[in-house]
Parts: sequence; C-alpha cells; structure tokens
Amino acid sequence: MMNAPLLVFNEKGIYCEQAKVYLDPWKPVDHAIISHGHADHSRWGHKKYITHHSNVPIIRHRLGEIVVTGKEWNETFTINGVKFSLHPAGHIIGSSQIRVEYKGEVWVFTGDYKMEDDGVAVPYESVKCHSFITECTFGLPAFKWVPQDQVMADVNNWWQQNREDGRTSVLFGYSLGKAQRLLKYLDPSIGKIYTHGAIENMTEVLRPQLSMPETIRVTRDTKKDDLKGSIVLAPPSAQGTPWIRKMVPFVTASASGWMTFRGARRRRAIDKGFVLSDHCDWQGLLQAIEGTGCEKVICTHGYTEIFSRFLREKGYDARTEETQYEGEIGELEAKSEVEKDPELVEKTPENL
Amino acid sequence: MKLFAELIRTLDSTNKTTLKVEALTRYFEEASDKDKVWAIAILSHRRPPRPVNTTLLREWATELANIPLWLFEESYHIVGDLAETIALIIPASDASSDKSLNQFLQEIIELKKLPESEKKEYLHKNWIELNYYERFVFSKLITGSFRIGVSQKLMTRALSKATHIDEDILAYKLMGNWEPSKISYTQLILEENEEDYLSKPYPFYLAYALENEAQELGDVSDWSAEHKWDGIRSQVIIRNNELFVWSRGEELVTDKYPEFQSFINTVPNGTVMDGEILPFPNGEIGTFNDLQTRIGRKTVSKALPEKTPVILKVYDLLEWNGKDIRNSSYKERRELLKILVKDVGTSEIPLYLSKNLAFNTWEEVAEERQRAREERSEGLMLKKLDSPYLVGRKKGDWWKWKVDPLTVDAVLTYAMRGHGRRSNLFTDYTFGLWDKEKNELVTFAKAYSGLTDAEFRKVDAWIKRNTLERFGPVRSVTPHHVFEIAFEGIAESKRHKSGVATRFPRILRWRQDKKVEDANTIEDLKALIPK
Repeated sequence: MMNAPLLVFNEKGIYCEQAKVYLDPWKPVDHAIISHGHADHSRWGHKKYITHHSNVPIIRHRLGEIVVTGKEWNETFTINGVKFSLHPAGHIIGSSQIRVEYKGEVWVFTGDYKMEDDGVAVPYESVKCHSFITECTFGLPAFKWVPQDQVMADVNNWWQQNREDGRTSVLFGYSLGKAQRLLKYLDPSIGKIYTHGAIENMTEVLRPQLSMPETIRVTRDTKKDDLKGSIVLAPPSAQGTPWIRKMVPFVTASASGWMTFRGARRRRAIDKGFVLSDHCDWQGLLQAIEGTGCEKVICTHGYTEIFSRFLREKGYDARTEETQYEGEIGELEAKSEVEKDPELVEKTPENL
Repeated sequence: MKLFAELIRTLDSTNKTTLKVEALTRYFEEASDKDKVWAIAILSHRRPPRPVNTTLLREWATELANIPLWLFEESYHIVGDLAETIALIIPASDASSDKSLNQFLQEIIELKKLPESEKKEYLHKNWIELNYYERFVFSKLITGSFRIGVSQKLMTRALSKATHIDEDILAYKLMGNWEPSKISYTQLILEENEEDYLSKPYPFYLAYALENEAQELGDVSDWSAEHKWDGIRSQVIIRNNELFVWSRGEELVTDKYPEFQSFINTVPNGTVMDGEILPFPNGEIGTFNDLQTRIGRKTVSKALPEKTPVILKVYDLLEWNGKDIRNSSYKERRELLKILVKDVGTSEIPLYLSKNLAFNTWEEVAEERQRAREERSEGLMLKKLDSPYLVGRKKGDWWKWKVDPLTVDAVLTYAMRGHGRRSNLFTDYTFGLWDKEKNELVTFAKAYSGLTDAEFRKVDAWIKRNTLERFGPVRSVTPHHVFEIAFEGIAESKRHKSGVATRFPRILRWRQDKKVEDANTIEDLKALIPK
C-alpha cells in the first residue's frame, strides 16, 4: 500500500497528518505554521502559531494577543518525527517558505515569493525538494518584471513631475509589504511623504527592522496646502473614498503586477500604473521550480490550470489544488480586509 | 512613430480628460503633417485594410515568444487585446525605431500585397526592433480597431485647440470618405474645397434619453413628437445627380440599398435628409431581425430587395437647394421636408415621412408612447420646434423617450472574460430560462452591460470560485444567480436555440432576492412576442 502523502489539502488548509500541523490554514486549527503576514495566509483563530521571528510583530499587530513562537531561518524543529524549517521567500518582511521533511522525503511550501532581491525582505533562497507547492499568481508569459531600480526611478520622476504641476501624488499599495517597499525607495529630497493611517500603523511596526524615510500620518488636522506636491501612500481600498478628497488636485497611481494590463488600470480609473510586484513573474516561477530540482509541483493560487498544464508539457508531475489564498488579487481589490483609517473611522456619518 | 507611441503612453498615464486633450494638442502641434493625417485617421477609426489575418499573427508572435500556441491563446483571453498580448509576450526590447508613423503605415499598406513568408519576416523584424509601446502601437495598426480610451470627440477638441479651427467645422471636415494615404493635411484640415463636399454628410445630431418627467420640458406646444424608429439611422445625400447613403457610424452604405437609386431623378439635387432605413416586407414595417439580412451583405442580389425591401422614413432636412439649413428651426425644416416628400411621393419611390403626432397635452404624448410597440417603434422622439440641427450628442432640444423595456428574470449559466477595461474580468454573460418540461435551462440571451463595476467584481469573484467546466475561454457556472434582463424588442427566430431573438438585451439588475427556481420560463418569454 502506498503511504499517504506527507502534505494533503483539506477543507481547513495544507495539512501534515504525521505532525498534526497545518501550513497557512484558512480555518481555525490547533497548530499552524505561517508563511507570512498577509491576511489570506495568516488568519485569526488558531491556538498556536509558529512563524519566522521577524513576522511575529506583524501578526501580533494584525491578530492581537495570540500564542506565537518565532523561529530563525534554517532552524530545524521536529514535531512527531517530522522536521520543519523556514527559509526566506523574498515576498515581504518575514516571509518564509516552509520546508517539511519526513523519512527522507522533502516538501517545500512557498507561501508567496519573488526572485528579485528588493532590499527589504531577506532574498529568496532556493531549497532542494521532491515536491514543491508553489503559488503562481502571475503564471502567464505576459508577466515580465523590470528591475526595481528602474520602476522606482519612474515612480520618483512621476512624483517630481506632479509636484511641478502643482498636484498631489496618491500612490496605492497594500499596507503590509508593498507600502514599505515603495517607501524605502521614495526620494525624500523631492518632497514630504504622507501616509494613510493603515499604512502608518504597519510601518511603525516595521521600523525597528527596516530603515525607511520619515513619514507623516494624514489626520484630520492635515492642511490641504501641506499636501500639495507631496506624495501620499494609501491602501487600494482608499480609492474613491471621502478620505482622498483632501488631496485635490491629485493624480493617482497603483504599484502592482496587475498594472501590466492596460485594462486593469483603466477599469480602476487609476491614472498611472507601475508594474511592481512582490510575486514571481513567469520566468521567475520557472527558474524557482528548476532550482528546487523537484519532480512534483502543486499550484495553489493564480493561473493554476494554465501554469500546471505548461509544467506537465515540460515533463513535471504538476497539478492544481484549491486553496483560499488570493495572491495579489486580494492585494489589488483589497478583498481580504477592509482597511479603515482608525483616525477617521468615527468621522463617517454611519458612526455618528 | 516615437512621437505617436509617446502620445499613446501619455494617454495611458492619465484618466483625466483635460490631460488627454493637452497631450493630443501637443501632438498635433509637434507632429509632421503626414503623421498628423494618419493620427487623425486612426483616432477616427479609419485604418488600412488588415494585411495579415489574426490567425497568422498569433502563430507568428507565438513562434517569436517560443511558447506553445495554446499558451498564447490562454494569455490572449486573459489580456483581452491581441496587440497588447503580442507586445507583452514577445521578449522585451529597449530598441526604438526612427521611422515615422507615415512610413510604418505605408509599409503596412504595401505589406498586404507581399507573399506570406515576407509578411512574417517583416513582422518578426519589427516586433523585435520596437520597445513595448511602439510594438503595441505597431501591432494595433495591424490588428485594426484603435480603441484606447480616446473618443473622436476628444481628438477633434484637441485638433481644434491646435489649429484654432472651430470644433464643429472640424467635425464636418472629418466626416465621410477620405483616404489618409491620399489626402494631405492641408487638404483635409486647412483648405476649403467645395468639390470635396460632394459626398460629405453632416455630423449627426444625437439625442439623450429623457431623464425626468416629460412635463418638466415646459409648454407642450413648444414641442413635437414622432415615433423613434428601430432601423438604421442614415443620412441620404442627393447632389449632382449622385446618391450617397451614410450610416450613423459614418459608413458609406449606398450600394447596400439599391432601392434608393430611384431618389436620383425624383429628389432635387442639393438635398440632404436625415432618416431611418426600415425593413418593409408586405407593405408594412418589419422587425429589426428582417433588417439584419440587409445589413451584413456586401453585395446585394436581385432577390434580396424583393424579399426584404427597405424604405427611408425621413424626419429632418439638413440641406435644401444646395444650402445648409441646419440653423433654421426644426419647424421650418419640417415644413420643407413635408413639401419635398409630398412632391416625390409615389408608391414607386420608397420615401416616407416620419409623421409628427398630434397632441394637446403631455398626457396625450404619454398615451402615444404607450402605443409605440404597436407601431413597431421603440418609443418617441421629442424635439423642440425652434431647435437648430446641432452637432453630436447635445442635451436640451432633442430627447429620446423610449417605451419601458420588456424584462424577464434569467439565470447566469456561462461567462467569458471581457475586453479592454474589463480584461481578465468575467463580464460577458450568457443567461438561461427554464424549460419546465425538461427541467433544464435553455440559453436565451447574452449580455455584458448593466452592472456597476463593483457588482461585476463581485460576480467575477463568484464565477472564479464556482466554475463547473471550461470550454476554451468560456466557463459554465453553477446555476445560482438570477438577473433581470431587459430588452427592447422580441421576435421569433429559427437561428436561436430558444426560438426567440431579443433586441439589445442587457442586465437591468442583479436579483439577489431571487432563487434559480424563481427565474422565468421560455414560455413566459414567448408570451411577450407581439401577435
């Protein structure tokens, strides 16, 4: 009789029966190993969390009082004979791949990851394995990233130009990860950098781990004149809300892998799109898979059917598993969590 | 090409009309005359004939990208635009071409004549040697329609700013049949040349839908009302013993309607009429379905006009005795038109007057509207008696007052990704109604408008999680959601699985309060067909 696979996909998440542990579960469980702090991967309600120590402050901030243990990179911990270790995924600060080994068989679950060293997250490290569970958010050959320094030069030029035209630049990016990456490379010599409350709170959590330019929180007392010519970092969910009216006259931009598509930008009525992603592009995914030396590939979210078919044609044993991870779709549509600026919550008419 | 690609890049970097107009104006100030003519042509949807069919384009791009063809196809369905897919999928390049837009277009025109192998060589060479935006523009020029979020109106406004020529005059100059490869910028825009105007139609005056109560338009005696016919809006020109028939889309369709040749000797030269081409089988107005057989045909057989004859219902007169009378009042123009039709009117000549209705109160107008379907019209047109014939869509003097649409509640059964700004989003839906006997859903209509962006996003997310089967770009979904579908007209049809054809179906609202079993049946739909 064949042994049951080391990791299986059930209704709660990716499960290791031998260790009775879940990886990034989407329903409450007893023991969860968490790849990174985005809402679709680190959910509320587990009894015990294990994650990289640099992710601990992030999930504490997001989930409140939880029981969590922080681990080092490459630190092996054994649960009922199964060896686990965390390895950098390069996605956002504290993001890990999770390596699982039992009786010589090795599986790696990537969570979300990217190949480019962005100078913010510890860069992706290739881990040899037999089975590779990968995201493929951008698993289409249409996705090709340009190097970060080029994109950030474009962002800074855009800001400079808007400033000269007397406009405020409003740049949308998810409050955890993308916002800090943008912030790190914004050129503070151009002007002042303002932040939406949700981004400011997360940035405060991460400042001990990462040096970033100074930011000013947009509050009720922020003067319209001060904002003029400045850049404002805001979560995508802030688009079209009353909050943004303070920035008039403004131009908007979004930084996301989805900005590859002209239609994606036009549909959201955003002025400018910068193609900047914390996920792998097509070549990145293929490189990563090749680097692991794996035979089996399981695609969890993104263009899974298309990507796994391509891998099968290349000779991999590749398949798709349904999960509840959203990748950058969640990031852009802000479906995973409605980010409200705590400063302004009480001001909305519904709350009066 | 650099300048034009840069223009497209700039237009792509803003969502604000004023900035778009600024960028276009700058382009018209800086570009060479030859390039300008092409830019105007492209942005008013005139393009050279497609030199390569899209199947070959896909194959050749796929080869260069070194991926399997199916992967190109999948990518295309997601990107939602062929030229954009090509530009994205071919290995990136920082190269840039010094050739002008005009040179590229001349080459593309010549390309049509070349053998296939040379076409392929030409495309491969250019794809590699262009950067992303140049490649995108180049591929767009080859694939055709250049819809990039700039309307002809916006382009005309910018041209007006650059040339200081009035927008309406420019709109008129740009109408009709001109070939960008043959005409110079001076001829097209700057010169006054009477001969050129022989075939030229006037810009159509378009109405908005009535938003408020008709009473709010003021004194009923200031207004006229007539039926809003459901055919092809057309301008018919008789000048110099020649006939020109223009559709609303600025397409010259003279040859499709040989019946109208009889106007040449009966309608005086120097006449331009605005009216509706309508099907007229058995001596009465038919359905839009009847007209379909006439629209698609490039060549018209002898039998076709006998089987499905058409007539012209005229409602306005724009030129009379060679004089542009658009600034006269509607009332005056109508008086002249009445005399014209009366003089011409014999049973042999398919020219009919769209009659003004008689009424004394808004209530009576409203009653006429209720009877519209019996008259095979879509509702009423309200026109102010003292109004001139304006250019384009303007509010105030003309209003469409359509009858309320017919509606049914139908179940979402299939979905496909949209195009353009809806790329990568499932927005094109197929709807089914119940066949009670077989207890199954029968497809009855496709619709892809009527929901808000937020609703589309919700339905899209639901579709992605509730897909049953995939057939290429189409997904079947669990029957679950009910939508109220509105349509303008309905007729029996052998071509449709349901046996019914609906006119202009669209989503009226998402009925989240209804369950699938509450949706209507095919029998309910058939009951709406006028007897």
